[in-house]
Amino acid sequence: MNVIEHTGSYVLLMRQVLTRPDRHSLFLRQLINEIHKVGFDSLGIVAIISVFMGMVVTIQTAYNIDSPLIPLSMVGFTARQSVILEFSPTIISLILAGKVGSSIASEIGTMRVTEQIDALEVMGINSANFLILPKVIAAMLFNPVLIIFSIGLSLLGGYFVALFTSLFTPGDYVTGLRFSFEGFTVFYALIKTVVFAFLITTVSAYQGYIIKGGALEVGRSSTTAVVRSSILIILFNLILTQLLLT
Amino acid sequence: MIKADSIVKQFAGRIVLDHVSVAFEPGRTNLIIGRSGSGKTVLMKCLVGLLEVDEGEIYYNNRLFSKMTAVERRPVRQELGMLFQGGALFDSMNVVENVMFPLNMYTNDSRADKQKRVDFCLERVNLSQAARLMPSELSGGMVKRVAIARAISLNPRYLFCDEPNSGLDPQTATLIDNLILEITRESNITTVINTHDMNSVLQIGDHVHFIHEGKLWWQGDKTNILDTENSELNQFLFSTELTRRLKKN
Repeated sequence: MNVIEHTGSYVLLMRQVLTRPDRHSLFLRQLINEIHKVGFDSLGIVAIISVFMGMVVTIQTAYNIDSPLIPLSMVGFTARQSVILEFSPTIISLILAGKVGSSIASEIGTMRVTEQIDALEVMGINSANFLILPKVIAAMLFNPVLIIFSIGLSLLGGYFVALFTSLFTPGDYVTGLRFSFEGFTVFYALIKTVVFAFLITTVSAYQGYIIKGGALEVGRSSTTAVVRSSILIILFNLILTQLLLT
Repeated sequence: MIKADSIVKQFAGRIVLDHVSVAFEPGRTNLIIGRSGSGKTVLMKCLVGLLEVDEGEIYYNNRLFSKMTAVERRPVRQELGMLFQGGALFDSMNVVENVMFPLNMYTNDSRADKQKRVDFCLERVNLSQAARLMPSELSGGMVKRVAIARAISLNPRYLFCDEPNSGLDPQTATLIDNLILEITRESNITTVINTHDMNSVLQIGDHVHFIHEGKLWWQGDKTNILDTENSELNQFLFSTELTRRLKKN
């Protein structure tokens, strides 16, 4: 299949996915399960990456600001802007594309090759809606929570650097964090996160859903899902930045 | 009754089903037999709507199923149970949840009523003791029996079984065959079974359809299948040493 065929096939699948669920009670139950799988299970990795990312960003900023004309509080300011605008929404979404995307593609792919999706279809159930929609909604609801959590931990990581090194003082850092803060930057980060969440879940689910073959194909689709959703995240990052910040 | 009228299915220009016309009657086990690649799985997938036919019509009790939209098909599909070759149990659900799944989707019964129906279905397939097990903890025969329990949970009018005893030992295969036969008789279900197991043919073949190279080559029942003059069918039937020896005797 070429790019145009994939795009068409993806759009057709989305038409099936984005419809009213057959049973709202079952949908809610699945949504809670998915929030657990997509969201809570990712808290650990997001926490570790965020803290270390915050520390590294802060140290690198401090090392690069060695002019006496620039106040040390700029370290906190720069770290905050980098974390909120780019590192947390984009890098964490890329990490989630690897973790959640591969899991979705292999889960749905395995259901396809073991005829579980056929079983749903024979029962008269819209399998795409039943399997994919809860994942999409769960990610779109919970990924912003993960990103807020990531921003908080990254900034905390920077604070640890201030506490345990002599690069700058905690006071400088906090002053920088509070300097010229615009709430819109967080809003921008959350918009990006929601779009990325949609891309990760739908592209990965699509890769799993269209599988033909066996176990080998499941592995291959999982890799393709991560690669394609990562590329789309980078592409949409540019588009959204252009749209929202210029 | 299920009727397929002159159906044609092709993949990338290769004809897999060539004007096949078949009729499956209620209360009987209707077998579709044929070699691997003969088109019998494609025929079954067309019958249940997993594949769309290129030509011809499929009727479920005079309802033209093949021309219905997905929404129009839903009431028909609720009358339909299917046993897949590998069982196709949902990995994330235990045995009870698998059997209860169609009830959760399509009934407004109370939890107690649904549980009662699940207990009955599991009892019917002799699996009451396995109610809380996950699919990964079941043997091949148990998977098939749970799949049968799930297929009959909504009291289907039509039951489709795709190679129900593939990968099973002869004793378990016989048990599954008998179970399908009993359920068919009890509830007057129209049962369609894909198989290439000769034991099944001779044991439960109320009506047998032989598909060869995408065409309906022969039809009859278990009493006259061994006496047929059809050369292709004979080649299929007597392809093993065991069946050849049986024929000699």
